[in-house]
Amino acid sequence: MTPVLSVRALNKSFVMHAQGDLSLPVLRDVSLDVAPGECLALVGPSGAGKSTLLRSLYGNYRPQTGSIRVQHRADWIELVDAEPRVTLDVRRHTIGFVSQFLRVIPRVATVDVVAEPMLRLGATLEDARRRAEFLLSVLGIPERLWSLPPATFSGGEQQRVNIARSLIAEYPILLLDEPTASLDVANRDGVIELIRARRDAGAAIVGIFHDVTVREALATRLHTVEPAGAPA
Amino acid sequence: MTGALLSARGVTKRFGGRTACNGVSFDLWPGEVLGIVGESGSGKSTLLNCLAGRLVPDAGSVLYETRSVGSVDVHNLTEARRRLLARTEWGFVNQDAREGLRMGVSAGANIGERLMAIGARNYGEIRGTASDWLQRVEIDLGRIDDPPTVYSGGMRQRLQIARNLVSSPRLVFMDEPTGGLDVSVQARLLDLLRGLVDRFHLSAVLVTHDLGVARLLTHRLMVMQGGQVVEEGLTDQVLDDPQHAYTQMLVASILPV
Ligand SMILES: Nc1ncnc2c1ncn2[C@@H]1O[C@H](COP(=O)(O)OP(=O)(O)OP(=O)(O)O)[C@@H](O)[C@H]1O
Ligand SMILES: Nc1ncnc2c1ncn2[C@@H]1O[C@H](COP(=O)(O)OP(=O)(O)OP(=O)(O)O)[C@@H](O)[C@H]1O
Ligand SMILES: [Mg+2]
Ligand SMILES: [Mg+2]
Repeated sequence: MTPVLSVRALNKSFVMHAQGDLSLPVLRDVSLDVAPGECLALVGPSGAGKSTLLRSLYGNYRPQTGSIRVQHRADWIELVDAEPRVTLDVRRHTIGFVSQFLRVIPRVATVDVVAEPMLRLGATLEDARRRAEFLLSVLGIPERLWSLPPATFSGGEQQRVNIARSLIAEYPILLLDEPTASLDVANRDGVIELIRARRDAGAAIVGIFHDVTVREALATRLHTVEPAGAPA
Repeated sequence: MTGALLSARGVTKRFGGRTACNGVSFDLWPGEVLGIVGESGSGKSTLLNCLAGRLVPDAGSVLYETRSVGSVDVHNLTEARRRLLARTEWGFVNQDAREGLRMGVSAGANIGERLMAIGARNYGEIRGTASDWLQRVEIDLGRIDDPPTVYSGGMRQRLQIARNLVSSPRLVFMDEPTGGLDVSVQARLLDLLRGLVDRFHLSAVLVTHDLGVARLLTHRLMVMQGGQVVEEGLTDQVLDDPQHAYTQMLVASILPV
């Protein structure tokens, strides 16, 4: 299969100006390809730069050099140094991201938080809500919570709302940073099922899964992120 | 023209010997919300006022793509043309609602006036639209005949927003729209603004010193220090991976947003 996400010679350091311009190299010459139906698991020790890589793929962190190209609708788009509106369009249509934390929007009901990405793609309110309710029920969020804003939910509940929100738009590329981190086993299995379904439907996935069960259930390939300090 | 709605090139404004805003350039695209952040005195309001034609820059230009007559240089228009543009295509939300409202007339008239300025004449329709907007900004219809003098700060600010949006502007300038309000009132206003921007596909330039407000409402950020733009980018990039020393200090000095 031809890849839909292609990374070449990516380099990323953090320069901390408050510490006398200290430079912390994190990613060094990272290259990888991901094709539809694949789930690439990023592995490596804590602090190696797995999350940094994932965030760079989403256009959240800014690498200094190298290339991140994605298949976006009919085109190939370069994400390194892309204009904001280009990155936003890629996020709207092509790349979904599940982080460990939900950034809650005050006062918006959970069902609408989840429905929003689908609405933005032009779905009707009714269709988007129906799909949101389906995902919330599969993820085990009790129906009585659907009309409440998620601000007061438990960590695990917020995490699942976050997952529902990231899966509803059925993005061709999914980035997952420890999607099951604060979940119990029953809820974890629900998340695995949903992600596996997306993978088997042809999504290209890059994920960080500390939980071995989750990794074995989802990953089709591993990519080791070496700490940049280590010898090449 | 490139398809941008508003293009600033080298906008510079001096007050006496002090350069309040120095060589600022950017393009704002339709549907984009651009945030301008920076410490007090960094030139945010000066820049905003230059963009909106309220201050004349000493150097540089501001081009705006109108609905009907193509691109215009905001500072080369006659005062009458600029006022017409401001009334028909723009909105301007002041930090101090008293400056953006007519305090002596009723809330309904504050909204209705804007509709009349763009040609509405039917009293019943004007009152109907004013009522719709009061509801949209969550002001009780029973207060439609009260003047803003008897409104709370949060209500005044919501009324100012209704007054500015009722004429369906394409571009809205906002200077600290949540400044001076307490936190719970701010959250409600932010929510409302976010919904309205989305729903009406507004383009906006928003000045704020509050990074949380910027995170919630803007797509892009420009960080200003001493009159200059020191960093810009996608809002989450600038806040999560700040590059410039000043931005790093700004982000580090607040609670997580
Ligand atoms: N925004 C940032 N600013 C400065 N340094 C950062 C930033 N984000 C990450 N880092 C640093 O980059 C290095 C890699 O961090 P990263 O979070 O990518 O590691 P990780 O492999 O995901 O680790 P873990 O498995 O513990 O989550 C760390 O030293 C971290 O402190
Ligand atoms: N009308 C004026 N006459 C003289 N100096 C002015 C005038 N307006 C602004 N300045 C000066 O220009 C500089 C920038 O002011 P400006 O109001 O643009 O800052 P700001 O970033 O909006 O600050 P704040 O966050 O406090 O509102 C300041 O040094 C200010 O004193
Ligand atoms: Mg990590
Ligand atoms: Mg100001």
